Amino acid sequence: MDKTRPSIAYVRTQESPATAPPVSTGGAGGWLKQNLFATPRDTILTILTFLFLVWIIPPIVDWAFISAVWTGESREACIVPGAGACWAFVEAKFGQFMYGRYPLEERWRVNLSGLLLIAGLVPIAIPSVPYKRENALYLLVVFPVLAFILLTGQFGLRPVETPLWGGLLVTLVVAIVGIVVSFPLGILLALGRRSEMPIVKMFCVIFIEFWRGVPLITVLFMSSVMLPLFLPDGVSFDKLLRALIGVALFASAYMAEVIRGGLQAIPKGQYEAANAMALTFWQGTRLVIMPQALKMVIPGIVNTFIGLFKDTSLVLIIGLFDLLGIVQQNMNDPNWISPQTPATGFVFAAFVFFIFCFGMSRYSAYMERRLDTGHKR
Amino acid sequence: MAHQKGVSTDADDSGRVSLMNDPKARGLIFQGLLIIAVVAMVYMGISNAVNNLARAGIASGFGFFNVRAGFDIGQTIIPYTNDSTYLRAFFVGLLNTLVVAVIGIFFATIIGFIVGLARLSKNYLVQKFATVYVETLRNIPLLLQLLFWYKAVLSILPSPREAARETGVEVAFSINNRGLYLPRVVPEDGSSLILYALILAIAAWFFIGRWAKKRQMATGQQFPVFLTGLALVLVLPLLAFLVTGMPLSLEYASLQGFNMVGGWIIQPEFIALLLGLALYTASFIAEIVRAGILAVSHGQTEAAFALGLRPNLTSRLVIVPQAMRVIIPPLTSQFLNLTKNSSLAVAIGYPDLVSVFGGTVLNQTGQAVEVISITMLVYLALSLLTSAFMNWFNSSVALVER
Repeated sequence: MDKTRPSIAYVRTQESPATAPPVSTGGAGGWLKQNLFATPRDTILTILTFLFLVWIIPPIVDWAFISAVWTGESREACIVPGAGACWAFVEAKFGQFMYGRYPLEERWRVNLSGLLLIAGLVPIAIPSVPYKRENALYLLVVFPVLAFILLTGQFGLRPVETPLWGGLLVTLVVAIVGIVVSFPLGILLALGRRSEMPIVKMFCVIFIEFWRGVPLITVLFMSSVMLPLFLPDGVSFDKLLRALIGVALFASAYMAEVIRGGLQAIPKGQYEAANAMALTFWQGTRLVIMPQALKMVIPGIVNTFIGLFKDTSLVLIIGLFDLLGIVQQNMNDPNWISPQTPATGFVFAAFVFFIFCFGMSRYSAYMERRLDTGHKR
Repeated sequence: MAHQKGVSTDADDSGRVSLMNDPKARGLIFQGLLIIAVVAMVYMGISNAVNNLARAGIASGFGFFNVRAGFDIGQTIIPYTNDSTYLRAFFVGLLNTLVVAVIGIFFATIIGFIVGLARLSKNYLVQKFATVYVETLRNIPLLLQLLFWYKAVLSILPSPREAARETGVEVAFSINNRGLYLPRVVPEDGSSLILYALILAIAAWFFIGRWAKKRQMATGQQFPVFLTGLALVLVLPLLAFLVTGMPLSLEYASLQGFNMVGGWIIQPEFIALLLGLALYTASFIAEIVRAGILAVSHGQTEAAFALGLRPNLTSRLVIVPQAMRVIIPPLTSQFLNLTKNSSLAVAIGYPDLVSVFGGTVLNQTGQAVEVISITMLVYLALSLLTSAFMNWFNSSVALVER
């Protein structure tokens, strides 16, 4: 090319002055425009949602805080016109909501069991803390035994009958027993369902599909009404134990399906590698397959726990006083009947359940992110 | 040589290993033991049950089905009085369960899809609102929500007398602690034609859909099936209504004494159950929808844009059909959960299967084994039928790989 000929292209010789950034992308105005008023449809949606929130939030805040009754000795405080939430009711009944009718002077045993539980739970939940195996052993074997001794009163402690238990204590007992029993049972069922032995497989499939196909409430009815009929004369369980059996069987079927998901996700090469190392079936399962499978389904397991925790509230239908049951029972206390008592009690119970379930679901999400090795877009 | 000899003895041995080390024999023995154990347990249970029932003087068998029930049920779809048999009470309960389940599934799906899409919205307010909805409702037990709606919201509504104020005045809409009152459509002579017109319109919609698909496959031309169908469904019954001389009239509710009379009453138990089930299940469906849409790779959107599709068409033709494949299996299990959860009706007194049959009938007859087994079997059958249907549906939308 001939470089001497002058180009017709215009070439700037001086840098042009920088233009100001567009107003719409910076600062609060830009944020609003991008996130709330990006398109006409967005604008309409924003306005509608905003109006809805304005309609719904102030009454809730007013009910829960501004007009709420915080102190009082009886219903007199809460039946004044225009009164909001009757928090005085929760305050007066708090002990019952936590322990039920557990004897006052023995409640330290419940507290101690709670502390023992936390002592095992916190280190196992934090991934960097060592001794996971010993910790799990403590939670699955040692802690249940200790809690059993403390709560029912063995070895010289004053016995406390289970009909006296109630409130959050029963909720936690049902949930934890369900979890502790359903976990090993679920592993066995999941292995059985993938077994090559046709009869074992058939029994496991029937067991799992049966419990997954019926509502928990019928399971509880069954364990409370039908189960005693199938026991020999003279053998009887207490009501709580019968509910626990029902919940544990029900939960183990769900757990089995979650664990089966993990087993199916293990590549066949892992099984072949275990065989090639001359490991027996149980050695291979224990050392090679299960550690990988369980790690993969931790979020699913935690979700099952959340479901189980929420489902414990159903035991009130067969006459046990879990947290929801005892809140409901106390609403009918003539000393506290008022139009706002039911709503207050339910909101309190909902709050307690929410804290537990939301905590577990956050933990599950955290583990999911930690274990996620997939490619994100 | 020695080595070879060793190999040959090994090979000989493999034919007659001890029984305990032969996987096949071990499997057979183990399974045999399992069968014996299960049979022994079942036998012991049954013989105990027979003994216990005989001692308690409880009848067994299904004879009770033909006995007069002698109790009333609040909501009945088929004719039922307290003179009817237990069998009829069973069907009343079953139908009530199915009604609340079907309507609940309908609303839960709609709310769930809306909230699920809202969670993916770029609009900050809408997205945060949907997140709060999902996180709150998902983490509170359903039973608590049901009791809340029933005891803390619907029960403290004003009584009919306070709500209506004037005696005898007809109102089109009233919600009070006795339920929701709406006008009732009263069919008169010749109104069946309207129903036929509606059925005809739906059938026509179906056939137009098939024809349009065939034509699009052959020629590539599209046909507005949805709009045509909607127009048919609206216009045909309306035409029939006008042609037959408007044979429908509305009956309004009015206050008579302490209660409302006339109109179409929806029981508060039903409203509470429906609200609880639909809102709770919707929060799970929302998460399923969100996960399903996120599961469609972003490349699909980019590819659709590269082909020049508008965002609306992209989601309708590219994203949603692919997301549906991920959504449908967990959606099925949510529908099943809703159906099973409808059994919580027993806590608020809605006369569903568990409440009528597993509650009242069980208490009156005392035949726990039969009643509870039947109740469980019904739910089991419902679950298996639904999952069979959804499996079929799922296989019809599944990716056909070539």
